[in-house]
This record gives sequence, C-alpha cells and structure tokens, in this order.
Amino acid sequence: MEVVKNREAAAAFEELAMPLFDQLYNFAHWLAQDRAEAEDLVQETYAKALRGFSSFQPGTNFRAWMYRILRNTFLTSRTGLQAATVGLDLEEAAELPARTESPEAVLIDQSQRETLQAALQEIPAHYREVLLLCEVEEMSYKEIAETLSIPIGTVMSRLSRARGALRESLKKKMMKV
Amino acid sequence: MDQWTEKLDTYLDGELSASEMRAVQEHVRGCPACAADILSRVQMKRAVQAAATKRFRPSAEFRQRVRAQIEPRSGFMPVRVWAIAAALLIIVSLVLLSGRERKMARQQVFNEIADLHVSALASGNPVDVVSTDRHTVKPWFQGKLPFTFNLPELQNSQFILVGGRVTYAEQSPGAELIYQVRKHQISVFIFQERAFEPLAGEEARRQSSFNVESWSQNGLRYFVIGDASPQDIHNLTELMRQAALS
Repeated sequence: MEVVKNREAAAAFEELAMPLFDQLYNFAHWLAQDRAEAEDLVQETYAKALRGFSSFQPGTNFRAWMYRILRNTFLTSRTGLQAATVGLDLEEAAELPARTESPEAVLIDQSQRETLQAALQEIPAHYREVLLLCEVEEMSYKEIAETLSIPIGTVMSRLSRARGALRESLKKKMMKV
Repeated sequence: MDQWTEKLDTYLDGELSASEMRAVQEHVRGCPACAADILSRVQMKRAVQAAATKRFRPSAEFRQRVRAQIEPRSGFMPVRVWAIAAALLIIVSLVLLSGRERKMARQQVFNEIADLHVSALASGNPVDVVSTDRHTVKPWFQGKLPFTFNLPELQNSQFILVGGRVTYAEQSPGAELIYQVRKHQISVFIFQERAFEPLAGEEARRQSSFNVESWSQNGLRYFVIGDASPQDIHNLTELMRQAALS
C-alpha cells in the first residue's frame, strides 16, 4: 500500500516538476554562473523536492516552492556562500524607501544584449536573483516574497536597488566601449 | 525625483493598488518627463527579459539524468513485465542451483564480521578516533574511505558512541563504529555493498553467539553486531537506518 502511494506521489511530482526544468536550470545557471555547478544545483533541488514532496501543501504555489528549494541549495553551496556575504548586510540594514533613479538614456537594443548579460552577471547575486524572478519568471511580488522568504516591502526595495545597480553597471560598461 | 518616479517601477510590474494604478496612468498622460521615464523603464524591463530568458539551456542528457532520478521506480509497461518475469525465473533457478554455495559464503561473511568485532574489542585501543560526538567521528573517516555515511543523533536513546576505526573485510575498507549500551559493546560495520556479493542486497538477522543484523542501504552494507540483546541490536539498527535516510 505504502509503495503504491509513494509511486503515485512520485508520478504527481514528476508531472508538476518536469515542466519547470528549463526555467529552473536557467535560473540556477544565472546564480551559479557555471554549467557544472548549475547542474549540481538542479539535480540536488529535484532530489530534495522529491524527498520533501509530502510536506508540500497541495494548492499552494509549487513554483515558488521549487525555486525556494533551489535557492536555499544555492545559498548553502560554496559559490552561494561567497555570493551571499557580498552586500546583503548593507542593503537590508534599514527598510529605506526605494530610491529610484531615472534611467536616463540607457536605451538598450538587441545588439547590446551581450553587454546587458555581462552587466547582469556582475551585480551581486541577491540583486540578480530578484530581478530574474521578476522579469524572467514574471513572478508577482507575493510569489517573490515567498520564494526568497522575505517581506513584500523588502522585495520592492531590493528590486528597486537591483534595477539601480544594473543601470549603474550598464552605464560603466557603455562608457568603456 | 518625485512621488511619481518612485512608483513607476511598481506600476510597470503591475503591483500598485487598483486606485494607484489609475492615478499613475492619469498622471503619465499629462507629464512628458514621466512618460519618457516610463518608456526607458519598459525598454529596460524588456531588455532584461530578452537577455536573461532561456539564456542557459540544460543539455538533453542532463534532463534525462534528472528525470531518471525522480521517475517512479516501477511504472511497468506490460511488455516489460514479461521480460522481468523471465529474468526472475532465470535468477530463481540460478539461486536454487547455487543456494548451497551461497549459504556457505554468507555464513563466512558473518563469521568474518564476528571476528572483526571480537578482535576490535580485544585490542588495546579498540578505536582510533575516540569521541562521543558524531560530528567528530564522521569527518575523521573523510579521505580514509571511498564512501561516506551518516551517523544517528543519539540523544534520547540509550546508546553511547565510543569511537570508530577503519577496518577491512573482503579486501575492502570499511568503517567500524563502536557503541555502548549499558555494559555491552556493539560494533557497527559499514562497507560498500559490492564487497559483499554473497549477501546480494539481503537483510539478515541472526542470533548465535552474537546477535547480528545486516542490511543494504544506498549502496552500503551495514552490520550491527554485539552480545547485547536482539532488541538492543534492532534499536541501533533502526537508528542507523533512519540516519542513512536523512
């Protein structure tokens, strides 16, 4: 009986989790910035998620749950630990209102995609992840808050800072060219 | 920067309240500065999306690997069932043929384990790493063995970890952990399963001069042996099994 139940759960898990595979991999690679490490991250995420699947509440957000596992796995990895120590304490010291800067004339076209990709690689990992969740995964602030285990207010201020950091990084790159 | 600029990103993310969304919309219509600002923010959003989405793609081989890892163990298709039944039949007949030899080989394994246990206890220093802390004992084995394993949390149990040592059986290195329960010493041996071909994944429980339990988990072969009661041996077995799951 137990076996049948497990098998059903594993099948349900596979059906929910495999469609997220490409996205999760993309996200993992952006975080880890390395193919082998991204693969390890994704593989471990799937293994952990399958093991913990019984604790997943049906009806709640599966996607946010998977991303949260992936991200926590990343944070405990070697690269993740290094990335996490950069800048976070500065940023979250106070819940300041988001300081938004006008984007000025940073106009982007297709040819500058590579510059933008490089700029994205350069900003701190916690900025990169919040931007990716918002722009690429198109998660709502609530989902992002769930994924990163932070309040919605922090999502807003972090996003705003992330955008600012990206603009700064881009500006520097464009000046060099 | 004014109160409007601050809201533009949130507006574009569609995360303002309905009334605020309307207010920003209204304002932008009459404010060229904000309209230009919005335009460049939209471009930035789009650019990030275009630059980062599907930037990295998993290889087909990797996808297959993960899928195989999470696949339900036995989604048998009818055709496969026959193939497996046929294979089982062959295995069963082989096992019947070699049953006698296997039985002897198995007995030999248990004798060897009992010898190891006795010789460890008889030696002047039964353990090479002396510690009751599993977080000391487990790392000690690192680099000494070609595999790793988990040790159980012993709080709320009657067992005490005494220490561990590297040992050899069937020409293969393994871990020996010594536990104490009341006055009894129990050895837990962990080897790679492939070193113990005669046991071939089996579970065993024996009571002779020593009580033994043995099983295979995650490719490792475990033996719990000692002169403690079968119940004690079993309790430690359960703790080890639980730890190996986590």
